[in-house]
Amino acid sequence: MNYDPMVPIWLQVVNRIKESIVTGRLLPGAKLPGGRDLAVQFEINPNTAARVYQELEREGLCETRRGLGTFITPEQSRIDALRERMALDALNRFLSSLKALGMTREDAAAMLNMKEE
Amino acid sequence: MLESKNLTRKFGSKTAVDGVTLSLKPGHIYAMLGPNGSGKTTWMKMAAGLMKPTSGEVTFQGEPVGIASREQVAYMSTEPYFYAWMSIRDAGKYYEDFFADFSMSRFKDLLTRMDLEEDLKIRTLSSGMVAKMKIALTLSRDAKVYMLDEPFNGIDLLARDEIRTTILEAAREDKLLLLSSHLVEEMEAIADQAVFIRNGKLIEVRDLEELRETDGVSMADRYRMIFGHGEVN
Repeated sequence: MNYDPMVPIWLQVVNRIKESIVTGRLLPGAKLPGGRDLAVQFEINPNTAARVYQELEREGLCETRRGLGTFITPEQSRIDALRERMALDALNRFLSSLKALGMTREDAAAMLNMKEE
Repeated sequence: MLESKNLTRKFGSKTAVDGVTLSLKPGHIYAMLGPNGSGKTTWMKMAAGLMKPTSGEVTFQGEPVGIASREQVAYMSTEPYFYAWMSIRDAGKYYEDFFADFSMSRFKDLLTRMDLEEDLKIRTLSSGMVAKMKIALTLSRDAKVYMLDEPFNGIDLLARDEIRTTILEAAREDKLLLLSSHLVEEMEAIADQAVFIRNGKLIEVRDLEELRETDGVSMADRYRMIFGHGEVN
């Protein structure tokens, strides 16, 4: 498992799980591994794994049911909202990269339209 | 759980461990870091109850370490401590006789995962195979503390993944793991605390996620800041 050692590991794992949620690799309502299993699966410290679930819960993407485990939210609307937030983040990164090269939004839009699939 | 107070060990005129006060708690994986000769091994040996301090003390759950604590502290030394005539199976039996908490089924399971045949004689093993066998032996104990001195040394890249997984499987909320290694990168994601030691003195103990979040640096970066550029390998 490759991580950027300068960025909090919990954040990197949260982002990987979010990607799995929006792409449907993890389905709404699906059960997630227990904290210790998550740690082994992602090769991370168990305390980091606990932090991953705390954060996903805080964002309303997971819920822990006592005695049963942690589950992806069954609410599709939350997953759709997550996809929109992630798409917006990607768009902002794209725009700021182009801005750093001295290009305007219009230039960016023109390039995007010209770019072949 | 495992504490040292003003712990000092001298070898003649050389002070290997110099007044180290350190408190290690269960539920954490500590990476103990420092250049060669910084005192990591000497600290571990005293914490394992295998070497007497010159002054100061080490306690395990409030009691001085000794024969009783050795039953709950699993220590893997860097030195060879097996007879060359032994097979891997013999080494397992030796551990089973010595430690009440040793699980033979866990040992066999780890050997399989690490691609080690029980019938092999220890004298025929490569250094990497010996290293894997030692880890399998140590982590087959159901101890409260695991201290592994250089668990990644001599182990190839692929087997290191297996070692990391095995270490993570041994971690529990009521257990304490302490790893020393020169291969700092191997421990970035599995450790949550780093203990930096230089010239026998404790420099600092840092929470790694906090280090990344507040300082934006990795454990390896912090190592370079503390020890300078020449000593990282």
